[in-house]
Amino acid sequence: MSNSVLFKSSIAKKYFMALTGLFLCTFLVGHLLGNLQLIFKTGEEGRRAFNEYAYFMGHNLFIKVLSYTTYIALIVHAVDGIMLTIQNKNARPVKYAYNNPKANSGTASRNMAILGTLILVFLATHMANFWWKAKITEEIPLHSLVKTVDYPVGQNPATGEMITKPIEVTHYLNTNGTYQQFKVKDPSTGQEQKLFEIKNKHEFYDLTSHVKIGDGYKDLHTVVMTFFSKDNSSALFGVIFYVISMLVLGYHLWHGFASAFQSLGLNHPLYMPIIKKIGMAFSIVVPFLFAIIPVIIYMNH
Amino acid sequence: MASKFINITLKIWRQKNSKAKGALETYTLNSVSTDSSFLEMLDQLNEQLINEKQSPIAFDHDCREGICGMCSLYINGRAHGPDSGITTCQLHMRMFKDGDTIYVEPWRSRAFPIIKDLMVDRSAFDRIQQAGGFVSVNTSGRTMDANAIPIPKADADKAFEAAACIGCGACVASCKNGSAMLFVGAKVSQYALLPQGKVEATDRVLNMVRQMDEEGFGNCTNTGACEIECPKGISIENIARMNREFLKGALTKA
Repeated sequence: MSNSVLFKSSIAKKYFMALTGLFLCTFLVGHLLGNLQLIFKTGEEGRRAFNEYAYFMGHNLFIKVLSYTTYIALIVHAVDGIMLTIQNKNARPVKYAYNNPKANSGTASRNMAILGTLILVFLATHMANFWWKAKITEEIPLHSLVKTVDYPVGQNPATGEMITKPIEVTHYLNTNGTYQQFKVKDPSTGQEQKLFEIKNKHEFYDLTSHVKIGDGYKDLHTVVMTFFSKDNSSALFGVIFYVISMLVLGYHLWHGFASAFQSLGLNHPLYMPIIKKIGMAFSIVVPFLFAIIPVIIYMNH
Repeated sequence: MASKFINITLKIWRQKNSKAKGALETYTLNSVSTDSSFLEMLDQLNEQLINEKQSPIAFDHDCREGICGMCSLYINGRAHGPDSGITTCQLHMRMFKDGDTIYVEPWRSRAFPIIKDLMVDRSAFDRIQQAGGFVSVNTSGRTMDANAIPIPKADADKAFEAAACIGCGACVASCKNGSAMLFVGAKVSQYALLPQGKVEATDRVLNMVRQMDEEGFGNCTNTGACEIECPKGISIENIARMNREFLKGALTKA
């Protein structure tokens, strides 16, 4: 009996809701710490730090396990939520003609399904804009850097002075930590010379020996910066949508955080007031920090 | 306090039987003493209806002193009306003003089918109770004095607070999900906290929750509406205790 009870019963559904919800809260913290790098470090250093971080997140085995757990938790949370909502709607087939729920419960607590659906809509757009490009289509440019250097072309026989001309050297950031020279271009003639080639979207291959000589970083930092920069005509809409979504997330957490502990049976007169305060702080601080990142990017770019 | 008399308009749910389609009917009632209870006001309305050769409104009531759990009514959008910590029989007309329109509806829940007008069938609660809300005692021969078992005062108080549940169903009625978890949580807790009840605690919670689900009640989403509307002020800590007990039972019971 015990096995079936843990999946069928109304209370077990709440355990799953609570466990996945709390797990997703820890995911939020991790994701937020990553995102904050977008505003705390600037210039090439910040760009490099973020792309290296993104590469680590995509290649570390432990993080991979965590990310698949997150996908599963999200699906379970959403499906379980839909099942609970349908059952709850069925439990009262005839509605009250006159109802005053404000008198006995908070707005967030009564609208978790709607708030959750809105978050799901946000997640769909969020994943289409970033995750899908980074993971599935890989339509993300590699981390490259163009530097103009003075290249010596000869010596003035009269004065012995070096004659230089500016050429553009494109570097790709290699995952071994070096900036790999990729091609040189003479801007005056438009002539360019490749030093290696890129295969499989991010692998560097030697031109003559066809041996893999390195791996590039995807430039997620630039993708984010361009997405939220003023040059992008839809950026303002993107920023507003992002901020509103974080507000919705905050409302969802306002009820959800402490509620998860109650569902797991962790309601104790000593600890519940503390849990509730932590939940309130969490639901304000985390969405707020998420929301200011695109705002700051929009204002600075 | 000098009693006042008020004139009110009532919008009351009328439904001939469980199968019939019901509707809100409007009644005006004059000269209602503010000292009368809500149920006495309904008696007054019924007298008026009988004098007018109309069928009186059916509603549940019994002790009229707030301990039997028989009266119900969803008044102006709240279980047992606008006052807190009381049943409908303890609600007085001084809570309303002259000229007020008062909505009176039955408890709305799939598990509480309407019998007639404002009366609902709450036998789902009885079946939950029968599924495990008891302590098996051998009553033959020399039984032990219950008071011979030492019980910490704090536990006894908590058990007593849970046992204050009168099974009126206000928790189900006010829950947006029509969940009965405050009722079941209270019944599970009142036994689980005491040594006599601990023996069968695991079976009890599994059986009562199974019956609760079978009756078609909704799921708790921790809005807390039930503990606000409960006439006996039963805390949702009891739901958490039920959740704990259930987890223990579900993980250990073969």
